[in-house]
Amino acid sequence: MERLELDDLKRILRECAGEEEGVDLDGDVLDLNWFELGYDSLAVLQTTGHIEREYDVLLDEEALDDADTPRRYLAMVNEVLSARAAV
Amino acid sequence: MTTVLAAPTAAPSPGASRTAAPVVTGIGVAAPNGLGTEAWWSAVLRGRSGIRPVSRFDASGYPVKLAGEVPGFVDAEHVSSRLMPQTDRVTRLSLAAAKEALDDAGADPAQLPEHAAGVVTANSFGGFEFGQQELQALWSKGGQHVSAYQSFAWFYAVNSGQISIKHGLRGASGVLVSEQAGGLDAMAHARRQIRKGAELVVTGGIDSALCPWGWAAYLAGGGLTDGEDPARAYLPFAEDASGHVAGEGGALLVLEGAEEARRRGARVHGVLAGHAATFDADGASRLGAAAELALADAGVHPDEIDVVFADAAGERGADRAEAEALAALFGPYGVPVTAPKSMTGRLAAGGAALDVAAALLTLRDQLIPPTTGTELPAEEYRLDLVTGAPAPATGLPLRTALVLARGRGGFNSAVVIRAADA
Repeated sequence: MERLELDDLKRILRECAGEEEGVDLDGDVLDLNWFELGYDSLAVLQTTGHIEREYDVLLDEEALDDADTPRRYLAMVNEVLSARAAV
Repeated sequence: MTTVLAAPTAAPSPGASRTAAPVVTGIGVAAPNGLGTEAWWSAVLRGRSGIRPVSRFDASGYPVKLAGEVPGFVDAEHVSSRLMPQTDRVTRLSLAAAKEALDDAGADPAQLPEHAAGVVTANSFGGFEFGQQELQALWSKGGQHVSAYQSFAWFYAVNSGQISIKHGLRGASGVLVSEQAGGLDAMAHARRQIRKGAELVVTGGIDSALCPWGWAAYLAGGGLTDGEDPARAYLPFAEDASGHVAGEGGALLVLEGAEEARRRGARVHGVLAGHAATFDADGASRLGAAAELALADAGVHPDEIDVVFADAAGERGADRAEAEALAALFGPYGVPVTAPKSMTGRLAAGGAALDVAAALLTLRDQLIPPTTGTELPAEEYRLDLVTGAPAPATGLPLRTALVLARGRGGFNSAVVIRAADA
C-alpha cells in the first residue's frame, strides 16, 4: 500500500473513533479541523496507531501536531510513505 | 468511606435548602431481571429472576456457571458511534441508566449554572472486559495494538466521567470504591455535594465484569455458590445457603436539593433521609452500628422503619451477623425484611443502589417485593423475611425504608429512605 487515500482515512476514523452526530464524513471534510469533525486528540492517536499497524510505518509525533485537518494529515502520512517507497 | 457522619445538629430552618434532606427525582435501572426501571420493577414484583447460566462467555470450564446478566441491551441504542470504541460494557450500561434517570427527573442540566450539577457514582471493577481485550492485544500482538482508549476505559471513575461529558454535568464529581457498600456511599457523597451547594447530582452505582478475567477475580474473591440451579443457587438467610451469584448492572438516581426540586415542580420519588458508614473492626461486624447511626442521622426511631432491604450475603456466617444486627435494632421478627437481589445476584457497586431504587418504588406502590429462592429463613435468625409474593402494607402505609450494604473488605453502609410526603 503506497498511499493513504481519503476513503481509507475515513474508514479507519470510523472504526477507531466513530462518527460524531451531525458530522457527515462523506461530505466536504478535507479542510475541516479535527475539532470541527468531532474528534479529540485521543481519537487521532487511536487512528494513527491503526494506520501505523496497517501500513507498517512509524509516524512522526511532532508532524502529527501540525496535521490538524484530513488534507494535512493525508499529506503528512503520504510523505512518509513515498519517502519509504523511494528508498 | 469510613467516616461516620454525625447526626445534624441544627434543625432545618425555612429557606435553608442546603440543610433539608435531598430528594430523589429520577431513577434509571439496568438489572439482570429487567432493563429500564418499569421493566425491572414489574419483574421484581412478580418474583422473576434474572439469574441464568453465563452467556457472555463460555463458563463451562469454570466451577461457577451462573450469573445475573442484563438482558436485551443493544449497545447502539444507547451509545453513539463516537463512544463505542472507547467504552466498556459497564460504561454503556451506566450511560443508559443515567439517561433514563435524567429523563425520569425531567431535569435539563443545560438550564442550570455551569457547575451546579455533578456525577458521583460507585464502581468496583472499572472496565474489566475492555481491559481484558487490551491485555490480550498487548500479550498476543504487542503494544502497538493496545487501544489509546485503554488509558481511561478501564478506570473506576470512567462512568462518572462519561456521564458528565454526555450531559454537561460539570460540577464536583467523583467515584467511590467500597464494593457493595459503594452504591450507598456514593449517595452519601452526592448528599455532601448538595449540602455544599450543588443543585443536582447523578448518583448510584453500576458494575459489570462478566468476562473470563472478571470471572477469575470473582472466583479468587470467594463467596460464590457453585449451585447450578438458577432458582436454588443464591438463598439469602436460608439454612442451606451456599454463597451468592454474581451479577451485573445497578441503578443511577437523580438526587436534587429539596428546594430546587420543589421550585421546578419536580415529581419526588422519595427523600434521602439518612446515611452512615462503618468499618468492621477486629473481625466483628459493625453493620448494625451503621444501621443505628443512619437512623440517628435521619432522626428516625427503629419503630418507624417499615421495611429493611438486607445486604443478604447468602452465606451462613454473614447472614447470621446481619440477622443478629436486625434483631438487636428492631427486636426478633421486628420488621419486614427483604432481599430482591436474590433475583439479580450481587451486583457489587450496583447492588445497594438498585436496592434504593426498590425501596423508593416500594414506598410508591405500597408493596414489599419478595425474596425469591429462599422459602423460609433459618429459624435461628428470627427474621420476618418477605418470601413468595409481594407483601402489602399491613395497617399503616409504608413510609420509611432502611437499605443495608456490606462491601468486601469490611465496608458497611446504611441509608434511610423516606416517602416524599412522610
